Amino acid sequence: MSANTAVAAKYRNNFLKEIEEQVEMGDWVKMCMQCGVCSGSCPTNFQGAWEHPPQELFMMIRAGKREEVLTTSSMWNCTSCYNCIVRCPRKLPITHIMHGIAEYAHRLGMAPKLQPTRFFSGLFWKNATKTGRVNELKLSMGLYFKDGFVQGIKNGMAMQAVALGLVKAKRLNVMELFGGHKCKDQKGIQAMLKKAYEIERSRKTARIAG
Amino acid sequence: MTEHVATNETILVVGGGISGMTAALEAAETGKNVVLVEKNPALGGRTSQLYRYFPKLCHPICGLEINQRRLKNNPRVRVLTLAEVSGIEGDAGNYTVTVKVKPRYVNENCTACGDCGRAVETMVDDPFNYNLGQHKAAYLPNAMAYPQRYVLDPAIIGSADADRAKAACKYGAIDLDMQEETIQVKAGAVVWATGWQPYDAAKIQPYGYDRFKNVITSVEFERLADIHGPTGGKILRPSDGKEAKNIAFIQCAGSRDENHLRHCSRICCMASLKQTHYVREAYPEDGKSTIYYIDIRAIDRFEDFYQKVQADPSVNFIKSKVAKITEDEHGNPVCHGVNTEGYKRYTTPHDLVVLAVGMEPSVKGVNIPGHIVADSSGFIEADPANGAVFGAGCASNALDVNRAVQSATAAALRAIQVVNKVAKAEA
Repeated sequence: MSANTAVAAKYRNNFLKEIEEQVEMGDWVKMCMQCGVCSGSCPTNFQGAWEHPPQELFMMIRAGKREEVLTTSSMWNCTSCYNCIVRCPRKLPITHIMHGIAEYAHRLGMAPKLQPTRFFSGLFWKNATKTGRVNELKLSMGLYFKDGFVQGIKNGMAMQAVALGLVKAKRLNVMELFGGHKCKDQKGIQAMLKKAYEIERSRKTARIAG
Repeated sequence: MTEHVATNETILVVGGGISGMTAALEAAETGKNVVLVEKNPALGGRTSQLYRYFPKLCHPICGLEINQRRLKNNPRVRVLTLAEVSGIEGDAGNYTVTVKVKPRYVNENCTACGDCGRAVETMVDDPFNYNLGQHKAAYLPNAMAYPQRYVLDPAIIGSADADRAKAACKYGAIDLDMQEETIQVKAGAVVWATGWQPYDAAKIQPYGYDRFKNVITSVEFERLADIHGPTGGKILRPSDGKEAKNIAFIQCAGSRDENHLRHCSRICCMASLKQTHYVREAYPEDGKSTIYYIDIRAIDRFEDFYQKVQADPSVNFIKSKVAKITEDEHGNPVCHGVNTEGYKRYTTPHDLVVLAVGMEPSVKGVNIPGHIVADSSGFIEADPANGAVFGAGCASNALDVNRAVQSATAAALRAIQVVNKVAKAEA
């Protein structure tokens, strides 16, 4: 049984309870009074990027719209500017709740695969944890080729002048493509992360079971 | 119980607004002696600064006039104006209260003829109109002022203006040598009815009350609509004196907000609904009101008032707390936010924005002499620890006039019970 089927079976129609128990800061959702100040204060244009502004997401959670909330790309567009937290009359930690829901959707495997924020987050994490250092060249290449090989070449060509400029200014080393620089104790970092993964996994499994 | 009860049978009422006047009169009309202390030069408080009451839309002058008549006819109430309580000593049934009385510079001979006002040249801010206008430094606090006596602003004392005022008075009513006095009053019980103050709208930073002239508060709007107000009852906007026909009302400006006032101020929804009537009255053809709200709280039997306003085509309701206000090149305030019915963004210019500001208890942050238990918003609680100091009206909760009067009557009854015990013990 996948994690998604497990929680769906556990909470049945009570999506609010699921969010409260499984999502970081999710217990704040019920405090929303639907005033709309968070959305009105959001600097991103959610009509283009956000399908559902924060207070609508909160209402959808209460209405039990599980599928729509967990598969939407809305909360992935949060830029963490904290304007909503500052202005919320009920002091909801909205930014943190957005990240909490996004992380939960990702964990259940329901988040949109190619949503740029999610894609980039995954890419960055893999890139940084592999050697203990961020390889900027590989990171940007990975991002260029997100939407396929042809689009990747096009993106690369479009950024050619910038890349050459960076090389000239010695801010970009082409040799990074082959291995690249590492931290001193690569094995140590990986062992540490492995342990962290284990702790996280056992805690989250316990949470779903409990 | 007798050992707690001392010898004083007077009731002291602090604050001479609608609640204080009511408490004083209710107690006095049962035969108790009352001292009524008011810090302003006239009674009436914020009620006298309203243009109209909801729900009947009658003028507050009417209700206040009845109370003033009761006061005039009742020798048991002693009214002290320009007076503030600075200390309370003692226990229930036996308080000694220290009262500071500021000089009025005008004695009982005054007939309110107005000669001094005409003689004086200096202008000072008019707090009765929330400083929207100015008045002469020798003035009658308002048309309905009780007592009907002029006041000299301390700013002109020692200047030629003060001498001009003195010379102009035919009745020898001006006394420039008056000094601040401190008096002691004995009391068995104290009714604390110091009312409320509008929340400082400048603290709601995104609304720009301190930056945009055409963003005003609901209490200021009352003065604009009033014929005795700074515009003579015309609804004109402050920046350019243009007729303000397209008016936005923003609810919960400061209220229900953990960053400002955590309580619901209860009156603001009804006040804004009422004020849409002012707009239609002033501009029956093309007046337009927009109410931005979280939810309308037309408490108990006021629901029908709300429904009537809803049915009015000149009033538009938008379910949204405005996120911020900016100003366009014509000086129009522009409301930005998201309509939570449909989740659409709006950017809407208006001629004038009225912030329905919340009620802050005037006792908040003020050191009430003695030990007073207050709730998390600063309103006085009904608590045995308060002894015989009873909160009344808006010092005890966010209330409309009707409920403030009920609260004041209740407080008067509690005070009467205390002084009755005193009387019994003495008998």
